[in-house]
Amino acid sequence: MTSLPHNRTTKRLGLVIDLDICVGCHACVISCKEWNTGGYGNALSDQHPYGEQVSGTFLNRIHTYEVVPEGGLVIGEAGEARIVHFPKSCLHCEDAPCVTVCPTGASYKRADDGIVLVDEDKCIGCGLCAWACSYGAREMDLAAGVMKKCTLCVDRIYNETLKQEDRVPSCVRTCPVNARHYGDLGDPMSDVSIMVAERGGFDLMPEQGTLPTNKYLPPRPRTSLSDNAPIVPLAENTEGARGFFAWLDKTLDRI
Amino acid sequence: MNSEPNLALSEPVGDEIRKTTCYMCACRCGIDVHLKDGKIRYIEGNRDHPINKGVLCAKGSAGIMQHYSPARLRAPLLRVGPRGSGEFKEISWDEALSLAVNWLQPLREAAPHKLAFFTGRDQSQALTSFWAQNFGSPNYAAHGGFCSVNMAAAGIYTIGGAFWEFGAPDWDKTKLFVLFGVAEDHDSNPIKIGISKLKKRGARFVSVNPVRTGYSAIADNWIGIRPGTDGLLILAVIHELFRTGKIDLDYLQRYTNAPWLVIEDEGKDDHGLFLRDDLGKALVRDRTSGALVRFDEPGHAADLNADFTTPDGRKVRSVLRLMAEKYLDPRYGPDAVAAETGIAATTIRGLASEIARVAFDEEIVVRQPWTDMKGEQHEVMIGRPVSFHAMRGISAHSNGFQSARALHVLQTIIGSIDCPGGYRYKPPYPKPVTAHPRPHGKAEHVTPGKPLAGPHLGYPLGPEDLLVDTEGKPQRIDKAFSWEAPLSAHGMMHMVIANACAGDPYPVDVLFLYMANMAWNSSMNTRGTIRMLEERDEATGEYKIPKIIYSDAYSSEMVAYADLVLPDTTYLERHDCISLLDRPISEPGAACDAIRWPVLEPDRDVRGFQSVLIDLGVRLGLPGFVDDDGNALYKDYADYIVKHQRKPGIGPLAGWRGANAEDEGRGTPNENQLKTYIDNGAFWMKHIPDEALYFKHHNAAYQQFAIDMGFFDAPQPVTIQLYVETLQKFRLSALGVRQPVAPQQYRKRLLDCFDPLPDWYRPLEEQGVDNSKFPYHAITQRPMAMYHSWGSQNAWLRQIHTKNPLYVPGKICDELGLIDGDWAWVISHHGRVKCEIARTDAVNGKTMWTWNAIGKRKGAWALDPTAPESTKGFLLNHLIHELLPPRADGMRWSNSDPITGQAAWYDLRVRIEKAEAGAGISEPEFGTIKQPASQSQPVDELRYGQEWAPK
Amino acid sequence: MHPATSMIVFTTLSGMGFGLAVVLGIGFLDPSLDATTFAYGTSLLLISVGLLASLFHLGNPRRAWRALSQWRSSWLSREGVMAIATFVPLTLSAVLAICMNSHDWIVGSISILGALLTVYCTSMIYASLKAVVSWHTKLTPLCFLLFSLSGGFLLASAFVSENGLAVRLLALLFLLLALTAKMAWRKRAMTVKPISTPESATGLGFIGRVRLFERPHSLDNYLTREMGFRVARKHAAKLWMVALIFGAILPVFALLLALAIGDGLVAHIVLVTGVIAHTMGIFVERWLFFAEAKHAVMNYY
Repeated sequence: MTSLPHNRTTKRLGLVIDLDICVGCHACVISCKEWNTGGYGNALSDQHPYGEQVSGTFLNRIHTYEVVPEGGLVIGEAGEARIVHFPKSCLHCEDAPCVTVCPTGASYKRADDGIVLVDEDKCIGCGLCAWACSYGAREMDLAAGVMKKCTLCVDRIYNETLKQEDRVPSCVRTCPVNARHYGDLGDPMSDVSIMVAERGGFDLMPEQGTLPTNKYLPPRPRTSLSDNAPIVPLAENTEGARGFFAWLDKTLDRI
Repeated sequence: MNSEPNLALSEPVGDEIRKTTCYMCACRCGIDVHLKDGKIRYIEGNRDHPINKGVLCAKGSAGIMQHYSPARLRAPLLRVGPRGSGEFKEISWDEALSLAVNWLQPLREAAPHKLAFFTGRDQSQALTSFWAQNFGSPNYAAHGGFCSVNMAAAGIYTIGGAFWEFGAPDWDKTKLFVLFGVAEDHDSNPIKIGISKLKKRGARFVSVNPVRTGYSAIADNWIGIRPGTDGLLILAVIHELFRTGKIDLDYLQRYTNAPWLVIEDEGKDDHGLFLRDDLGKALVRDRTSGALVRFDEPGHAADLNADFTTPDGRKVRSVLRLMAEKYLDPRYGPDAVAAETGIAATTIRGLASEIARVAFDEEIVVRQPWTDMKGEQHEVMIGRPVSFHAMRGISAHSNGFQSARALHVLQTIIGSIDCPGGYRYKPPYPKPVTAHPRPHGKAEHVTPGKPLAGPHLGYPLGPEDLLVDTEGKPQRIDKAFSWEAPLSAHGMMHMVIANACAGDPYPVDVLFLYMANMAWNSSMNTRGTIRMLEERDEATGEYKIPKIIYSDAYSSEMVAYADLVLPDTTYLERHDCISLLDRPISEPGAACDAIRWPVLEPDRDVRGFQSVLIDLGVRLGLPGFVDDDGNALYKDYADYIVKHQRKPGIGPLAGWRGANAEDEGRGTPNENQLKTYIDNGAFWMKHIPDEALYFKHHNAAYQQFAIDMGFFDAPQPVTIQLYVETLQKFRLSALGVRQPVAPQQYRKRLLDCFDPLPDWYRPLEEQGVDNSKFPYHAITQRPMAMYHSWGSQNAWLRQIHTKNPLYVPGKICDELGLIDGDWAWVISHHGRVKCEIARTDAVNGKTMWTWNAIGKRKGAWALDPTAPESTKGFLLNHLIHELLPPRADGMRWSNSDPITGQAAWYDLRVRIEKAEAGAGISEPEFGTIKQPASQSQPVDELRYGQEWAPK
Repeated sequence: MHPATSMIVFTTLSGMGFGLAVVLGIGFLDPSLDATTFAYGTSLLLISVGLLASLFHLGNPRRAWRALSQWRSSWLSREGVMAIATFVPLTLSAVLAICMNSHDWIVGSISILGALLTVYCTSMIYASLKAVVSWHTKLTPLCFLLFSLSGGFLLASAFVSENGLAVRLLALLFLLLALTAKMAWRKRAMTVKPISTPESATGLGFIGRVRLFERPHSLDNYLTREMGFRVARKHAAKLWMVALIFGAILPVFALLLALAIGDGLVAHIVLVTGVIAHTMGIFVERWLFFAEAKHAVMNYY
């Protein structure tokens, strides 16, 4: 049913992504690809994989931004541009326009946990859901002709053949810097919710009114090295090493 | 209302999990390979593994695409067209190996030095060096010379360890972490895990790097240094620490040569050497009694401030006094170095004060009694929680050895070597330089038909250990361990082709290479190198390098230049051994080693290179590979891994030794050893006892552990060498006062560069070119999702970096009117490259950069010749020459560190000019390489795993 | 947005077809004339070709029937349902005209309602997308409806001889209204402030100005091909002039000329020329409608 669940789901499974520690290694991107190309629904195809116009379906991508402070919070040394790596996949929005625009009912939001999925058997590949999504979370698989998107690894998180610790999305499981966290954002006492509260986690494009479930943690404020109080020179300080030798003698006698 | 579909949520991942070791880069993480219907379904990190603890990077996860890459070679190939044409015919293994033997056997019997065997990105150097030694040629090394020998050699000479495989920060306890440069494909998952840990703890992370991507992007402080000046920055910090007395005198007195006495005897052959007793033991002065005692004698307090004349009339001073005199000079002060480094003096002072504050005000006390090597009992372990890490950023400069030494000296003077929160050695390190072998390859070491007298590579202790003849001429084809690069502990692979082509010091007959893309991204001066591979003797018409045997798994650019190609397997089809004898995967708290094993059988006529090498060894009848009757000792590499003993009880793998797997470290071979490894996740890990966890260089319990494990047979404590006497010996030779005397042409540079205390000099290219003509630096960065040239054949990874722009600082863009997508010429003293540019402001203002090894030769790696890697991608290699510009006397030095021979990739100086886009193709442009006819055709659409999709 | 030919053909032709259906529904055309039969055929053909073209847009056209299921929430589904539903009264009307030479007001009214609702549904597919600011306005359905009506009446004027004046005048009226609405729409599209920015898209505005440093992948992907279409400002301005001239000015001129000429072959030729010009103009207008639309996702690129 492409109508959203009648009652807001109480369980809201999603991701919290920490922009303070993402190094942009693309581990999550490829882990997602390899899990999902053999998992839920059709494979994630690649067109011209060894050719000029190589392009494939990916459910998770990392963008890299250069941010130049212009009256904003100075992080690091004043005026310095900085790089922020920015992973992005489906945000499993509460008011998901990708769901309501779907003409076939293929696109749906699960009533139990809020995961937004595509029932590929019903998908006609019209692409409207991708148009409806401000975040670019959906990509049409050109080989299968159906819309692909992050499933939050629904075939992992409930997978009873996996050990409990592995019942997390593939991207979370693999992230080398632990910048990706998975949990129930509908439960204010969950680890992810507490993390969001403590770190000031935010929504992407709140103005779109989609109420994303996934949250992003901002880069932490940083302090400049040049603001450090300089260390106090030796009392015996002289030009050159003489004062040092005097200090050395005195100090060695104390040891 | 429709109901939600029923989902199959508990499908098993695959049929089976096979645990092995990754080889998508050099990290060697543990992986769980899930197989389904005989194909790879999924690769994930092994949670139990000491290196990656369950996580896995992009490359590791993309192993599926590497394993099924269309660039995989399929059968042995014999060249039929001219070199570079790509025309080959398939031959059988028997033909291939017979041919190789026909080429090699006569050399071994008459002139072993005419084989040059260099092994690139080899992770089996324990075997390849053993083979080469038994063959008897002096010409063997792996790729360390163009990778990071500066890092390794500076570390071994100074602290008996270094970074990465030698040691790592104490990620769990460090409170300040300073990262210099770093190659993001070396130790990458451990560094990522570590940085994440310390950032979550709120520890400060400072990154010193001209470029602010990757790890630098998340650093609390980014110091956008000018390339090649790291050493100067470090010396300025050392200056500040001396000036403010923030040095750990107790540590220096106990564990370093700071109190050792340096003889002042200007003009004599002992000037600058240590005062030693008759047995050669360095002497110190006991501060209480004033007597001279051996440095390692228990019960004395060595005087750090010694400056006196010995009873026999020799003037001596402590190393620490020499250091203070040197580093307190205002030329090392923050204000003096600010302009050169591009770093504000306030930032340098801030860095120094932060290091001092954390080291001394945030001292860690671990309540763990331990005993040092003098027998003194300590109730606690004192930690100075400041740690450092560096790799190629420092290493790949011609002043990299001294810069890396400076970094180790900095770590040492704050007492943070192998203490809680500091830098920690990884077993089998620490190992003092004296416990390493000396190099072998002098004339007297080489006997036709016999093994080389000892290992090729090692650490010279003075000019007497150089591999030169009586006239000072190099004995190795790469001129390693010659006056040109005396401490070239990893050899100088980057000079082999040029020297062999020039017949300098002599021509070779067979060049045997393994996994080294010398015809492309692994060579400086790529076009020149290609020309040398194609160059023929005018008289005979024969190639200057007559025969090239090459082993690789993939159809790289180098394949086209080989005469005989021995196709290797992928990493999932082979046995391998990540050995404590070689480049182990130990952690600071545990000795570890690991294996690879064939989790899939090859579907092509390929063989693991190591097994092929063993087969060749047998066919050549090499000692160590055949018994007295000429019968093979090992049937393949797996057999060798289990049965080979370097000395009794010591083999490639340390785990589960002994007939019943009851031994660790030392023990008789266990024929079930590999099976036990496989059952245990393909690795072995032996935790170091608690009392041995820190101060390993002086910890009696650790030294015993090391002996038990077979790292050495007697304790090998390390006294940290702040002052390296070996370097001074070279200076004495240069002064002509000590034998052997240095040849005239090397003297100045030995005097300039071989300071026994870390110093800084301008990178040699910067010294040699007109900097007003070449005002900028151009460097590469390692993309985290690619490993060298390998990533481009990988359908998934290549989508991340399909082409590489040159990132140009905003200020330069504004001056030249360059905007994103414009084309520019980048010009060095050697050549020019046309490429697309992109603006960045997150970079040192004098530095432009690009991603490493994305550019490909058309047709290589099974890519379509129109692939953007070939049309828009480019290499900086075309700008870098293996030689420096000629000096006034016409002499051309190699573009290497004068101490270690490390290839100075990062010394490159350039200018940039706007170019017309023209055809929008990067230049220089090379012709298309034909793929060997037998290669499989790449598909135009991939739907990997579609067969598992619900029907 | 990528100006897909299938979408341009679909919205243009079906819009005209439904506009013509409205004229037929009103009964402006004498059901006893062959021209009217021809008009019914044209209307049904345009709608059918349009709908068929839209199938080409689908990754899985064989499952297109599923698109009829979600009319309660999806404008696309509603459009499909309405388009097909409108076939019933329209075909019935055609049958009545062809077989009985009659026009039924009730059936006709249902056709009109169906046609207008279908066009409204089509327009709302675009207008409902908050992610595309230039589309997300009530002016979008207004334009679509007026284009449909002006196209329909213009087309009808070529078929009609009796009541010709009314049809021509109405065609003129709707053309002018459509022109006005579209100019208002475009003015808004050019000046409307995007509700999202790279700063709001990344949440990094608190640090400073956000600029893409590296795309996730070097080359284009589905999103950049679909949503990242860019047309040069100068190029777009030229095309806009083409759309104006062909879509409105030439047809208006043709109508005026025809009005001046009266009936006859020449007037017909003039009107047919006007129809062709209009169709071409609307093709260009529709191309620009997609090509100039900026999608919020491009804040990430």
